[in-house]
Amino acid sequence: MVALALAEPAARAGAALDIAHVSHAFDIDGAMLPVLEDVNLLIEPGEFVALLGPSGCGKSTLLRLVAGLEPPRSGALREDDITIRGPHPSRVVVFQDPTLFPWRTVWDNVALGLEAQGILKRHRRRVDEAIALVGLSAFRNAYPHQLSGGMAQRAALARALVNDPKVLVLDEPLGKLDSLTRITMQAELVSLWQRKGFTTLLVTHDAEEALFLAGRVIVLSERPARIKADIAVDRPYPRHRGDPYLADLRRMILGLLGLDATW
Amino acid sequence: MSTYSLSETDGAAARQVPVAQPRARLRASAAGFVAGMAWIAFGLSCLVWEDVGDWSRTQALGISAFVIAAFLIVGTLGADRLGRLGAALRQRAPWLSALGLVLTLWELATAKFAWLPLPFFPPPQAIIEVYTDDLPKLLDSVIASVKLQLGGYLIGAGAGFLTGVSIGWSRSVGYWVHPVLRFIGPLPATAWLPVAFFTFPSSWSASTFLIALATAFPVTVLTWSGVASVSNAYYDVARTLGAKPSFLVTKVAIPAALPHVFVGLFMGLGASFAVLVVAEMIGVKAGLGWYLQWAQGWAAYANMYAALIVMSLLCSGAITLLFRARDRLLVWQKGVVKW
Repeated sequence: MVALALAEPAARAGAALDIAHVSHAFDIDGAMLPVLEDVNLLIEPGEFVALLGPSGCGKSTLLRLVAGLEPPRSGALREDDITIRGPHPSRVVVFQDPTLFPWRTVWDNVALGLEAQGILKRHRRRVDEAIALVGLSAFRNAYPHQLSGGMAQRAALARALVNDPKVLVLDEPLGKLDSLTRITMQAELVSLWQRKGFTTLLVTHDAEEALFLAGRVIVLSERPARIKADIAVDRPYPRHRGDPYLADLRRMILGLLGLDATW
Repeated sequence: MSTYSLSETDGAAARQVPVAQPRARLRASAAGFVAGMAWIAFGLSCLVWEDVGDWSRTQALGISAFVIAAFLIVGTLGADRLGRLGAALRQRAPWLSALGLVLTLWELATAKFAWLPLPFFPPPQAIIEVYTDDLPKLLDSVIASVKLQLGGYLIGAGAGFLTGVSIGWSRSVGYWVHPVLRFIGPLPATAWLPVAFFTFPSSWSASTFLIALATAFPVTVLTWSGVASVSNAYYDVARTLGAKPSFLVTKVAIPAALPHVFVGLFMGLGASFAVLVVAEMIGVKAGLGWYLQWAQGWAAYANMYAALIVMSLLCSGAITLLFRARDRLLVWQKGVVKW
């Protein structure tokens, strides 16, 4: 069991990410609001990295830059040594809201990426497989408004996974789910990541979630975000929430975030 | 009402229904009989008294009323065996009663006692006479109107949709088109009538243009607002999945804007009907609007009412068709929005 759990993802399906000297700012009515300040981060292929920081610190902005939805003001982001210049289906984002297209059924939503790339006809089976992977086969013809929050987020996950991404970018994807669904989906995420081997970048403000899922936790400062600490979580999967090692790390991280008084 | 409260208090709802049903069935049957009686009254009102004027279809109308009454009563008795027809009949019984009653009063007030001044208020048989004796001309008018309306509406809806999507999508198109829209759009399309009739080669093409114009304005504005209000999150999702701009327009912006587009199509339809009738009355020498005008000129008031009834059937039919199309295209909205 332990050996199996320790096993590295079989194939190196993930890509390396290199975030070098990235700074970013928003122009708000002429005033520049800095959100990222000289962020440097090297992520190995297949790593599961969590970005943790106070809310509004710029975590999500960093994700948008990784996804290629915006260019950084300065610095560079590279995926496997290729500079990121725009969105690409090898780096798929799962947002906090499922943002399923309400006019499409679950199947059609999951098929979106393949359709946009013009390869749906040849790969219809991949859609079925992705839906099966997240356990929504019975709901393939349902419309989003007929799904529960957890089901919708699963569908959004399938929509991302069907593209066989090298980097999966998760922007607090479990943030709005109830705690039970959340715990189930955390375990599902880990097993998906282990099976598929993609590089995962997860933004969260929940220290416990970061420690339960990630191999590395990056703690960011208040806005403008800088990297405050880079913590390796050297623990095999599946992890246990009561693990005293994780509890120690958690106390340390909350301390870094200025919340040590509450523990 | 009683069925509801019974099934709510008792788990064995299925067994409760037959107990409550005879009363409901009795009430439905009674409504069917009332409807039958109302139509018998209408038949009698036709046949008992002499007409004050000279109308050829009085007897036929009276007999038809009796046939309808017989159908209503037989249909009510055999409603259980008639399936959907029987159910439809039951449901419409109150309306059919009211209709029979109104027709009776109308018959008495016009053909029999002339309480309403003739010839401005013709009796029902006079209108029936129009449908039987002037059918070819009426049909020609219907075809002419439908052709003109359909052509103008389709052109206007298509142009409005494309313009709306372009303004909603492209900032530079918006820059140029928006002021034009602001300036010309609110002007009633009928104000263009005099200009249109001498600038266009035929009154038919002028009317098509005006109908298209009346349709295009609301369709443009609502398509535009629909496209403009699409959440950026949808675009972000599609872009990270590898969508190109053309995909964003056709597969994200347009489907997301479609509920707005249908509001525009609905408003455009109403506006275009008004233009159609005015254009036919003033310029085009065909169509129901022209028929109305012509009938009024000859003091053929029965023809006028007959044409009005046909016109209202056509307009409400067009709206029904539009709603059917909407329900089919926007199935995903079921249970989300309704208007």
